[in-house]
Amino acid sequence: MAVEVARAGRPGRRARLRLSAAFWRHPWVKGSALLSPPVLAYLLFYIGALAVLFISAFWTVDSFTGKLVHQWTLANFKTVFSTSDPTYLRIAARTIGIAAAVTVTDAVLAFPLAYYMARLATPRRRALLFVLVLLPLWSSYLVRIYAWRLILLWIVFSYVWLPFMVLPVYAALERIPDNFLEASADLGGSAWRTFRSVVLPLALPGVIAGSIFTFSLTLGDYVTPLLVGGAGSSFIGNVVYENIGINANIPFAAAFATVPLIVMGIYLLIARRLGAFEAL
Amino acid sequence: MATQALPETLAHVPEGAADTPDIRLVELRKSYGDVVAVDGVDLEIAPGEFFTLLGPSGSGKTTTLRLIAGFERPDSGRVELHGRDVTRVAPYERDVNTVFQDYALFPHMTVGENVGYGLRVKGVPRRERRGRVDEVLRIVRLPGYADRKPVQLSGGQRQRVALARALVNSPRVLLLDEPLGALDLKLRQEMQVELKRIQREVSDIGITFVYVTHDQEEALTMSDRLAVFNAGRIEQIGAPEEVYERPATEFVAGFIGVSNVIERDGRRFTVRPEKINILDAGDDATTGDTVETGRVRNVVYVGMFTRYTVELDTGGELTVVKQNLESSPRDTLEATGKRVRLEWRPEHTYAIDPGGRA
Repeated sequence: MAVEVARAGRPGRRARLRLSAAFWRHPWVKGSALLSPPVLAYLLFYIGALAVLFISAFWTVDSFTGKLVHQWTLANFKTVFSTSDPTYLRIAARTIGIAAAVTVTDAVLAFPLAYYMARLATPRRRALLFVLVLLPLWSSYLVRIYAWRLILLWIVFSYVWLPFMVLPVYAALERIPDNFLEASADLGGSAWRTFRSVVLPLALPGVIAGSIFTFSLTLGDYVTPLLVGGAGSSFIGNVVYENIGINANIPFAAAFATVPLIVMGIYLLIARRLGAFEAL
Repeated sequence: MATQALPETLAHVPEGAADTPDIRLVELRKSYGDVVAVDGVDLEIAPGEFFTLLGPSGSGKTTTLRLIAGFERPDSGRVELHGRDVTRVAPYERDVNTVFQDYALFPHMTVGENVGYGLRVKGVPRRERRGRVDEVLRIVRLPGYADRKPVQLSGGQRQRVALARALVNSPRVLLLDEPLGALDLKLRQEMQVELKRIQREVSDIGITFVYVTHDQEEALTMSDRLAVFNAGRIEQIGAPEEVYERPATEFVAGFIGVSNVIERDGRRFTVRPEKINILDAGDDATTGDTVETGRVRNVVYVGMFTRYTVELDTGGELTVVKQNLESSPRDTLEATGKRVRLEWRPEHTYAIDPGGRA
């Protein structure tokens, strides 16, 4: 009786109880209720934006009025991949090349650093190294760029994106139990063999994760080339930026912007082929 | 069948004199900061022996094993393997293999790749490698498991893979660091029998087993000889029955079985609980036996037997176990507070070193 009264007196609570009971009986309802807001947002903003990008890459701009012409054409892609005037191919090659160079440089720099931090350093030294490694993230972007003005883009990017490589590699290395290394040594594996057959394969997901950061951040950047490189060092991002702002040729910007997307797609496919995501 | 199971490739040609110990530790010391883990250990282990390092956690037994394997460098002292000083030799250049407590199987390799790792490192051709891996997987009773990943195996199966990975290299010495510690009781008992079988099966190639455990029953069941560790030192070395029946120190008496140490006329001695007889009211003591009177302070019914704690009138306390042959559980439990007479034969008492050191 008392229970009845208490229940009747709190309809809100009763409704909540019924809802959670329904969730309990149908776990998939709970799953979809949790997932639908982020999935909807993702579809709307991300996939939607990508779709618009792709579609507009096949339109063109009226050269007199500067207005969008909704007519299907491959002209933009022909300009991007033109071999008679390889300006844009050259810019794409430069962007992708530097992104790759930055990624390799950061991986080579980050691995010994992360290894030392994860497995050898005392807690105090580890904390100090974390501060040093994370420093580029804390200083202002412009200050960082101006400080390196006269030095190659490559070095700037490698320095600026280094934390994005160190952290995932560090996390991967830290997860390798000491006795894996001991077991390898015990079975006759030298330090180099242990590194090649045990440490590297187990740390590979960390390196790939880091390389996705460094590679894509470099691919998409246009401020650093502008400030550091000066004339003749445009990146894909600079061309896209100019075609949106100055030239107002959005279809061409869209066409060129698909290049880093495709490159990243291929990169992720290769990473999966290499088994980088298996150990995750 | 047992000896035929091993291919000839697994056997090594014995070299050196037969009386050279496989392992000799001389004045071995190792400390971590202020903590002394191993404090002057001397030990000789004969070829083909099943030798156990027994002791509570923190007694230095695992550190001693790691010093033999080469994972730790001693502060002072010497490690000799078959007469060769290996104190400054890296683990991968020592003819020993280790079975780790949590197995340490490489998760990115299959069972076959794990087991074949040592052979691959040594440059054994693929075809021969596969033959030897299949062979050793058969010995540990996991034939056909070569293509699975360690995550797909149960704890007991992983344990066997870890064993196979060490055995396939036919090392002179096999080090086992609490290899059954992670298994439940029943599986542990099965694996104890299994390990002894495997040791017999490989006995013709002469692998010395050095086994670390804190489980005294495991040590007594499996070992040819054992060393009891306490606070970084060895308290006693001997065959299981020797260490059990004639504990040299109070620590050994207490760690292996029940301590049962009493002092009479300035002499401290121990007598094992199953060697003590509880006399019934009318019974006469056997001539020559020691007889003491006391009061039962506590009774624990353990099914197969009952454990009595008796407070002696002349000081001290003894634990007595009595098999439940005829007595009912009720009888035994009602014994609390009763006065009893205990008798034991003088030759079943052993003087112990009060200093706590052998």
